[in-house]
Amino acid sequence: MNQFVTVTLNGLTLAALYFVVASGFTLIFGLMRVVNMAHGALYLLGGYIALEIQTRWFEDEGSGLGLSLSGASDTEYSVFAWFVPLVLATLIIGVLGVVLQQVFLRWNQGQDLRQALITIALSVILADQMLAYWGGISKDIAAPSAWPTSITLPGDVRFGFFRGVVVLAAALIIGLGLYLIIKRTRFGKIVRAGVDDRDMVSALGINVNRVFIGMFFLGAMLAGIGGVLGGTMISLAPGQDTAFLLNSLIVVIIGGMGSLGGAAIGALALGLVDAYADVYLVFGDVDLTNYSIIVTFALLVGVLAVRPLGLFGRPA
Amino acid sequence: MNPIVSTKRFSWPALIVVVALAAIAPLLVSDFFLNSILTKALWLGIAAASLIFLAAYAGMVSLGQVGIYGIAGMAYANLVLADGGAGAAWNPYLALIGALVIATVVGLGFGWIAARSEGIYFLMITLAFSVLVYYFFSQVTGLSGFGGINSVDLPGVVGSPETDPVPRYFLTLVVAVLVFLGLGALSRTAFGLGMQGVRDEPARMRALGFDVTRHRTLAFGVAAFVAGVAGVLSVFYNTRITPGSINLAQTIDVLIVAVIGGLYRLEGAWVGALTYALIDNYSREWVPEVGNVLGPARFNTLIGVLFLIIVLASPGGLIGIWDSLMAKVRTPRRAPAPKPVPQTIE
Repeated sequence: MNQFVTVTLNGLTLAALYFVVASGFTLIFGLMRVVNMAHGALYLLGGYIALEIQTRWFEDEGSGLGLSLSGASDTEYSVFAWFVPLVLATLIIGVLGVVLQQVFLRWNQGQDLRQALITIALSVILADQMLAYWGGISKDIAAPSAWPTSITLPGDVRFGFFRGVVVLAAALIIGLGLYLIIKRTRFGKIVRAGVDDRDMVSALGINVNRVFIGMFFLGAMLAGIGGVLGGTMISLAPGQDTAFLLNSLIVVIIGGMGSLGGAAIGALALGLVDAYADVYLVFGDVDLTNYSIIVTFALLVGVLAVRPLGLFGRPA
Repeated sequence: MNPIVSTKRFSWPALIVVVALAAIAPLLVSDFFLNSILTKALWLGIAAASLIFLAAYAGMVSLGQVGIYGIAGMAYANLVLADGGAGAAWNPYLALIGALVIATVVGLGFGWIAARSEGIYFLMITLAFSVLVYYFFSQVTGLSGFGGINSVDLPGVVGSPETDPVPRYFLTLVVAVLVFLGLGALSRTAFGLGMQGVRDEPARMRALGFDVTRHRTLAFGVAAFVAGVAGVLSVFYNTRITPGSINLAQTIDVLIVAVIGGLYRLEGAWVGALTYALIDNYSREWVPEVGNVLGPARFNTLIGVLFLIIVLASPGGLIGIWDSLMAKVRTPRRAPAPKPVPQTIE
């Protein structure tokens, strides 16, 4: 029972992270029909920038000559040492997203394949440059030292505090915030109208380009936040960009491109399936946990066989 | 990007000249060049050709080709005697057929799922397939060995590549020419024309009674077979296969090869592959070291920038640039200047 709770929590927290990253991906696609293949690279870059800010500004340089033989760093990190990098990295990635959109994607709006190829090229370059700068060893962003490492739930289940509380709460707040932005603000109204009929919105005299800039800023920011959360919860390493691009793809393919609710459902499905398949694919003596990726694949195929556009997808 | 397929058929004389040059290449170039550039370009070109075939004639840009190529390569390596993997120790020729059958069947399955989506959805779904295949083989070490499957048994035709790379080169060359001619011929059959109809006007084709999904699925199956051929040839080339060789980077490399060559002409596959192989081998010598940003170790940055420039400047790739240059040369903008009167000097 305890194991089941832990595994479920694992799945939920994974789902929370997937949702944060994939929601940016799906919102950008929903409005602009741009498949941003550099989303994974923005995720990883966001994490690395936060790490860089944290180590440069908040690391105690006096202690231990920067070498810690025990492996665990004994530097104290205040709450600021986590939140300042989070905010700055998120903003930087948001601005980078806007630059990317304005320089590379604005002038070929509507050529979706070409835009996908352009963002693939950018992600190749970004991945290589990140490898050059931050190296191949996996790194973590430190959570504030004041936060407990784990919490004890009823039934004596222990679970990581950051993973169980911070990431889940962040995903809930972000989900709620996005919902409110989309449903309650003028920007959201334009976005919803734009998803249905972009040309009409622009014909009504709305500056579509400004809305696109806003959406790319928001979508890239979500990748950046995801990177900081993921970098603290899991780690930052080359290959994570691919992993999160794939996760975002699967989430939105399952949920339906452009749908926020679909992203939430898709993320839940993917996170829980990942978590359960890693543990429960043992039948008597036969251990099939190695094959857990097949279950993810089956999930994808199952949804696509019934609904080719995903659960909440609508024809473009 | 609307598919602007070049309707020009390739010219037989040009093909014959290229193949003749390729046939005498072993006399002209070093073993290293033959092996690392030409042989590699030929099999990489076959993989890219399967992508270009789908993109040009069926309007489906698939990123799943490396997944299928990986399945074929892994299947072959598991079926023959090898170090790692299942090591079923079949006869290599039998294993070759087995691997191609597996790749084609899996490809038809993938195709059936993916064919009902279009355009950018299709791209994403096939990308997900490809990456899932990679994760599958990197998780299931029973099929991929720890650190890959090494010293794979090769059929007799290939000879022993360490001592004599020439037979393998000729094998790859013959297969590449067959693939090129075969796909070109297929595109002119009734099925090929139907495929192009489905690409341009799926709704009208459906109204005419064509089964659009089946056409797409079968086209994907054909491309899967070709990708499978490339996968097995890549095992012949490397004599090993690792999950790392079928990851997203390889998926993107094959896409880059296809885009550099040009997505709309089959020839582009080999043009792109040759360019890629040349840059891959020689860029390390002439690329200047610029801090950490550029240098011999930053091959991916270089190829990424080249890819970006090609996509931004010429969607038709190098072939597209060539075509537009030829068009400019053939149709001069101004009327030709009057011929100067020949002057004779006594």
